[in-house]
Amino acid sequence: MVVGLLLVGTLGILARAVYLQILNKDFLQDQGYERFLRVMEIPAYRGVIKDRHGEPLAVSSPVDSVWANPKKLLQYSDRLGELAHTLGIKTAELEQRLQVKADKEFAYLRRQVPPEIAQQVMDLHIPGVALQREYRRYYPTAEVTSHLLGFTDIDDIGQEGLELTFNKSLQGIPGKKRVIKDRLGRTVENLESVLLPVPGQTLVLSIDRRIQYLAYRELKAAVQENKASSGTAVMLDVRTGEILAMVNQPAANPNDRNQLRSEFLRNRSVTDVYEPGSTVKPFTIAMALESGAYRPTTLINTSPGILKVGRNRVRDVHNYGLIDVARVISKSSNVGASKIALSLPAEKLWDIYRRLGFGSATHIGFSGEQSGVLHHYSHWSAIGHANHSFGYGFSVTSLQLAQAYAVLAADGIKRPLSILRLDEPPRNEERIMSAATARQVRTMMEAVVSDKGTAPKAAVAGYQVAGKTGTVHKIVDGRYTTRYLSLFAGMAPADHPRLVLVVVIDDPRAGHHYGGQVAAPAFSAIMSGALRLLNVTPDVVPTVNMASVAADRARKP
Amino acid sequence: MRISLPHGDAGGGFGAESSPSRDLLSRVHMDGPLSLALLTAAVLGLVVLYSAGQENIGLVERQSVRLALSFMVMIVLAQVPSHQLQVWTPWLYLGGIVMLVAVLLVGETSKGAQRWLDVGVRFQPSEIMKLAVPMMMAWYFANRPLPPQFRHLLVAVLIPGVPMLLIAKQPDLGTALLVGSAGAFALFLGGLSWTIILGSVATVGCIAPVVWEFGLHDYQRQRVLTFLDPENDPLGAGYHIIQSKIAIGSGGLYGKGWLNGTQAHLDFLPEGTTDFIFAVFSEEFGLIGVCMLLALYAVIVGRSLYIAASAPDTFSRLLAGSIALIFFVYVFVNAGMVSGLLPVVGLPLPLISYGGTSLVTIMGGFGMLMSIYSSRRWLSQ
Repeated sequence: MVVGLLLVGTLGILARAVYLQILNKDFLQDQGYERFLRVMEIPAYRGVIKDRHGEPLAVSSPVDSVWANPKKLLQYSDRLGELAHTLGIKTAELEQRLQVKADKEFAYLRRQVPPEIAQQVMDLHIPGVALQREYRRYYPTAEVTSHLLGFTDIDDIGQEGLELTFNKSLQGIPGKKRVIKDRLGRTVENLESVLLPVPGQTLVLSIDRRIQYLAYRELKAAVQENKASSGTAVMLDVRTGEILAMVNQPAANPNDRNQLRSEFLRNRSVTDVYEPGSTVKPFTIAMALESGAYRPTTLINTSPGILKVGRNRVRDVHNYGLIDVARVISKSSNVGASKIALSLPAEKLWDIYRRLGFGSATHIGFSGEQSGVLHHYSHWSAIGHANHSFGYGFSVTSLQLAQAYAVLAADGIKRPLSILRLDEPPRNEERIMSAATARQVRTMMEAVVSDKGTAPKAAVAGYQVAGKTGTVHKIVDGRYTTRYLSLFAGMAPADHPRLVLVVVIDDPRAGHHYGGQVAAPAFSAIMSGALRLLNVTPDVVPTVNMASVAADRARKP
Repeated sequence: MRISLPHGDAGGGFGAESSPSRDLLSRVHMDGPLSLALLTAAVLGLVVLYSAGQENIGLVERQSVRLALSFMVMIVLAQVPSHQLQVWTPWLYLGGIVMLVAVLLVGETSKGAQRWLDVGVRFQPSEIMKLAVPMMMAWYFANRPLPPQFRHLLVAVLIPGVPMLLIAKQPDLGTALLVGSAGAFALFLGGLSWTIILGSVATVGCIAPVVWEFGLHDYQRQRVLTFLDPENDPLGAGYHIIQSKIAIGSGGLYGKGWLNGTQAHLDFLPEGTTDFIFAVFSEEFGLIGVCMLLALYAVIVGRSLYIAASAPDTFSRLLAGSIALIFFVYVFVNAGMVSGLLPVVGLPLPLISYGGTSLVTIMGGFGMLMSIYSSRRWLSQ
């Protein structure tokens, strides 16, 4: 009887064991696995952004983020004090952050802490606290490239600039690994990598870091000296269409996210549009020369310095009288440009502007790039037609202006721009004007930089510069004001231009506002430094004997 | 008289006699087979404990000391002749009751239960009752006719009933249950008539639904339901049992191997070293291990019952039988609770679980068993 009862009991336990261990084994085993096997994401290393010579402009360095299981950690609230102290946050703040997520199992305590702090936190051995490996973006060139590169957010995803536009290729593909975790979520053992992370691709920019630095420094100096509100400069390599430098003011160090404000982030070379003013007169002249109706020596009567177009008037600063086409540029005569343009069909002017790239974005990878506005000529009135000839009534970005100047510099050939380094010469070249026209216009533009022109301060020792100033009335609330945009766009060496540079100083308030006085000195400084950095052979050798020039030419790669 | 073991059967296998060691053992009143089985279980316990305790050797050392101590208690008690035990019984029982009352008045609280009494050393008087109750039952019926007469039943219910209520009040449901069942076993072994057993079962069966329907509040009903089926509350009461079922089931037929159990090593299984050590064992040693462990326990219970059957007088017989059955209940309730068959009441797995108090009681019980076995031989010589 007793034995029978015991037997029943024992068999009961045994049957239960069989039920659990044989019949339900798979289910329960899976349940067990579910409790400790976890698939974790392995963050992919974000691709490095380099300049054209391989110098790093943006690199991701591994950091640790401290997180906790609030449910667990709150049970050890007596230890919150030392944890908060180590993390460098207030105990009350930490407690509050945990309380908010008290019923959750995950909460960041502090993200991206230095390795030594992460180690100190782990040395406290507080249950429920763990680390997560992440990458933090670091920009060695800081504010010098900040507008161009943009920045990444705390999850290392591009938010602005090239980081945003090339995010996909930079980001890589996160991997997966299977790990064993204990009840507190600590990783006990790494089992296997299910999927290896694919690191992001390296992005090699066309930027030359040395020129970028130089341009940044000079632009900053010019903006400060002229008490301007902002400024931008962009330099192109004429032969390839590559952007060698693109700098902006004001700026902030992107490594310190607390400093970031939207005005520090704008890449004004592509986001800010303005009426280009006199800087587009060379294209009006080029169009005129191409039409065959004008030659550089054709005379135009600009007297008395005012031109009535319908009910409106076009004015020059002075009465230049009877001047040839070349001096329309060097004197920057609005009347001359208007007379030339009005003598030809509006379509021709519109057509050259359009083909130079005005009115359409470059689409080479800038976030927030503006296309500017270029109305169809059929909407132009007579005064509109005249205004277009000297740079009003339509808008451009600095990058578009630089691209148009590059066409003049490249003997009439338009090349697609690139912010990435090109390893082979660009295709899709397009002839906008004849080489002869481009050369003639360049020659006219050389005069601008001469002592008799509007911008002698743009001159560069040893090199002949061809360029054009622009002093544009800013439109504020739909009205032209007495606030200005000072421009200088130019190229060097004028004979066989290698570099094109556009400098824009916005709202100079230190007395001067003419492009020749505000933007031209910065142009000169940047251009001269860049030409020397690139070992471009000087073409002006006033006092040097020919032997050394010959030797210099021989050294040229 | 219900102790009607077929003598040769249950006992025969364990009574293998070998003369020299047997002489030595009988001189210290030790029963060879029982000692061997207990020792085996104790060593196995240390092995499992090492794994369940996350390979903490300190834990194993402390448990070894307790084991040694409780084996000494067993040896000491084995030297006491059973008639001497009989004389001490009422005093032990009464002392136990006094201490239980003292616990409720001045006891120390730990983990929400008032179980401990501090008189130089901290101990749980309820543990004494695990032995004192069956002893008292045996003492009470030693001089009365068996099977128990109806008029003796009131006392027979009060003997385990009073301490049981005192212990349940602490609250310590597991021990209360064990003490109660100790009394029930004595009655049962004494040959209580089937009419009474079935009658009381039927009465409880009839009253329970009525109480359920009219006597309990909703929250109380909920509490009982959770107690009976903890898996309804997977994050609270059910957490232990779900984790332990996973542990047992994951073991499969062969187990994951010693030190390879994940539930305990990754800290998912609560109380892995104490009440839930059976789950750790099952995960690491599988169904085969479980069978062998149950077989080992069967040997211990079987040998104990054999001793009970061959005991010379009513007191010894009832006491020995009760001790054997209590031991069985320990194993059954613990394994049943860990594997989700029975509600969770805090009972350790005897000889395996980490902890000292219940170990001393259990081994003390086996000491008495051995004393009883020796008495039989003294008489027969």
